[in-house]
Amino acid sequence: MFISIFLIKSNQQPKKYRIFTLLFQQILIVGFFIFLIKTSSPFNYIFPTPNEGLGLNPILQDPALAIHPPILYLGYVGSSIIFSSALAAMVTSYVSKEWAKHIKQWVLASWVFLTLGILLGSIWAYYELGWGGFWFWDPVENVSLMPWFALTTLLHCILVLEKKKILTSWAMILSIATFALSMSGTFLVRSGILNSVHTFANDPERGLFILIFLFTLIFLSIFIFIFFHSEKEKLENNFFWLSKETSILVNNWFMMYFLSVVLIGTIYPIFLEVITANKISVGPPFYNKLILPFLIPFLIAMAIGPNLNWVKSDFKDKFYMTIFLIISFLLSAVIIKQFDINFLINTILVTSAFFLFFSTFREFFAKRFRNLSQNIAHFGFSLLILSILFNNIFSNEVVTNLKIGETFKTEKFTINFENIEQEDEKNFKAIIGKFNVQNLDGTLDILNPELRIYNQPNIITSEADIKTNLLTDKFMTMNYVQNQEYFNIRYQVKPFMIWIWISVILISFGGFLSFFKKRYEI
Amino acid sequence: MKSKFISLILILIFLITFVIFFKGLKNSNIYTPDTNLKKEVPSFELKSFENDSIVISEKIFKDNDYYFMNIWASWCIPCKEEHEFLMKLKKDDSIELIGFNYKDNYKNASSFLKDLGNPYDIIVSDKDGTASIEWGAYGVPESFLVYQNKIIKRFIGPINNEDLLEIQKIIR
Amino acid sequence: MKFIHIFLIIATILNFNFLKADEIKTENKIAKNLRCLICQGQSVYDSDSEFAISLKLVIKNKIQEGLSEEQIYSFLKMKYGEWILYDPVFNRNTYFLWVLPILIFLAGGAIIIKRFYNKK
Repeated sequence: MFISIFLIKSNQQPKKYRIFTLLFQQILIVGFFIFLIKTSSPFNYIFPTPNEGLGLNPILQDPALAIHPPILYLGYVGSSIIFSSALAAMVTSYVSKEWAKHIKQWVLASWVFLTLGILLGSIWAYYELGWGGFWFWDPVENVSLMPWFALTTLLHCILVLEKKKILTSWAMILSIATFALSMSGTFLVRSGILNSVHTFANDPERGLFILIFLFTLIFLSIFIFIFFHSEKEKLENNFFWLSKETSILVNNWFMMYFLSVVLIGTIYPIFLEVITANKISVGPPFYNKLILPFLIPFLIAMAIGPNLNWVKSDFKDKFYMTIFLIISFLLSAVIIKQFDINFLINTILVTSAFFLFFSTFREFFAKRFRNLSQNIAHFGFSLLILSILFNNIFSNEVVTNLKIGETFKTEKFTINFENIEQEDEKNFKAIIGKFNVQNLDGTLDILNPELRIYNQPNIITSEADIKTNLLTDKFMTMNYVQNQEYFNIRYQVKPFMIWIWISVILISFGGFLSFFKKRYEI
Repeated sequence: MKSKFISLILILIFLITFVIFFKGLKNSNIYTPDTNLKKEVPSFELKSFENDSIVISEKIFKDNDYYFMNIWASWCIPCKEEHEFLMKLKKDDSIELIGFNYKDNYKNASSFLKDLGNPYDIIVSDKDGTASIEWGAYGVPESFLVYQNKIIKRFIGPINNEDLLEIQKIIR
Repeated sequence: MKFIHIFLIIATILNFNFLKADEIKTENKIAKNLRCLICQGQSVYDSDSEFAISLKLVIKNKIQEGLSEEQIYSFLKMKYGEWILYDPVFNRNTYFLWVLPILIFLAGGAIIIKRFYNKK
């Protein structure tokens, strides 16, 4: 189906190029088809017929879960088309501005799907897993994030390519990398080589097949890249150091850095285990340490970059920029001071995030909505960073053991455990806790977290109760403790939670909007 | 010349990655710690299972005797599986069995022992599970073979007939 | 005199509360940096398995005994191996893990700068 869309879309392109694209696409499809037949055999039915299925792991019985892999998958398919068309363009030496224009839509489409897929995945994690977080640096999350970084880089790079014929080999490498990363994602998830929440179903035999297939493709593309791709781009390669091109290069540079951090963090333990038989874990602290400091220059560059001209530019809006910088610094200093958290890095981070926020906000007006899609996406990104930062800095959490009728008091709120109720549902029994939380300002929240006891398979899960409003999320889970009268209660106040979702939707909406534009405007 | 060199290196890197992933596939991703550690027995002070008297580890583990330290609980289903092997092990005079009653209450645990028999010479209760952490344990059931104040072998999960034979071979 | 006495008591109480809040903070921080060994990719803090609950208690006790964060990490590393730590320590094994991304960053910067030099 995707191929037919591709055919219709590309009918103004040279014939030879189209044929090659289809050829490579066919290779991929045949590969996956063999994979299906060889390992999963949909044509065999199970014999003997089992009396009762094992039952789906109950945390998988959720609509957000059911749709996030297909959407991610759409993104992956998009990346496969980028991959085959990049190969084809190299073989027929059709790497040009026209090609860039044509492939940009595919990059955009897969980028939007990938973004949405990641969003849905983390929404699922937040509502269903009951740990009160949205991103865990879990290896499988990382695996979906890596193609996203590569695609985002490609997207920016294609914009340059569309304007002038520079950075062609870089764009080629990125197209290949995006697809290779999506494929290795499939490999890492399905083979069970990683220890993560996602390894629900795994099978080494499939892993082996994907592994061989993946590396055949990588070698194939390296060969094509070496033999067919020649750099004829020296002619136009002159731009001033302060220009849009440079800012995009800087963007690429940082993106690649983030990508390499995530990539190395994810696969390093595998390497180490094979080579030295030592097992280590690479978790959130590692990523935070390596990514956060680099986020600051990245955000500032992102604020300045879009305002620059092609080829040569100077700082036009010095006045505005300085004012924004000062305002954001003061604002963040005040906020951080207010909450009595003395982290230097926090202040600087929030400052740069605010800086980006203001400057993208101003762009809406300065550019008179001419470049709406990019603006929205960038604005969404600044909002995302801000809400993630605030969410991390100001979240408040309490873990305690409570019996029925007990209360728990902190400086900011009081939790009353009033009662429990039992309900029988179709395939589980629910124990519902009745809580009310008295806040400092006198408002009262009623929260009813649940414990669900499933019979098929016999698992106890806890269902969080979340009260969402524009400013904060209140999140409560209740857990059963072996042989005790009390329950383990976890209560979290998470500010700006909903803004994280909103900003990601904004980002993908920005990407979506640029479909309707014929050309990238200055 | 230069570009060929780079591409050669690239291919080499990917080949190495391939080999490593290939090998990694064969390793299981379930964590299996080293079972033959020669670690000192951690000292503990715990309440006895039957009454509230305090049991000190130094008084239990004496030199030149074999001890089998078994973490169990009445709510743990695999513990029922391994129980028959514990009962068989009890018949051996050269080993003393020590029960670590993990996060359990007296009523359930004693009726568990009444139904299935009591294989232990000494039982201590680890109400909050912290003492088991000191032993480096993961959960129930888990067992440690102790000799001369050292853990010479550990068994994660229920013991089976093979484990039983192995223990009997060691203590003889 | 009496006034000072009361003041002192209040001060100690306040101080105690402050310490307690601090303890909970470090406790959570430590638990977040530990892998729940019997779970699939969860931290001890996030998990509610028996193992994680006991481990959280152990952390709490160790803090009250006056052990520092580092001491608790090394205690657990001794008991359970490096696999339990989410924040890999910098040693011979993890040398590349920490340095490689930074090297890539520098190399990227070098390539970009080189482009401008070549132009001239």
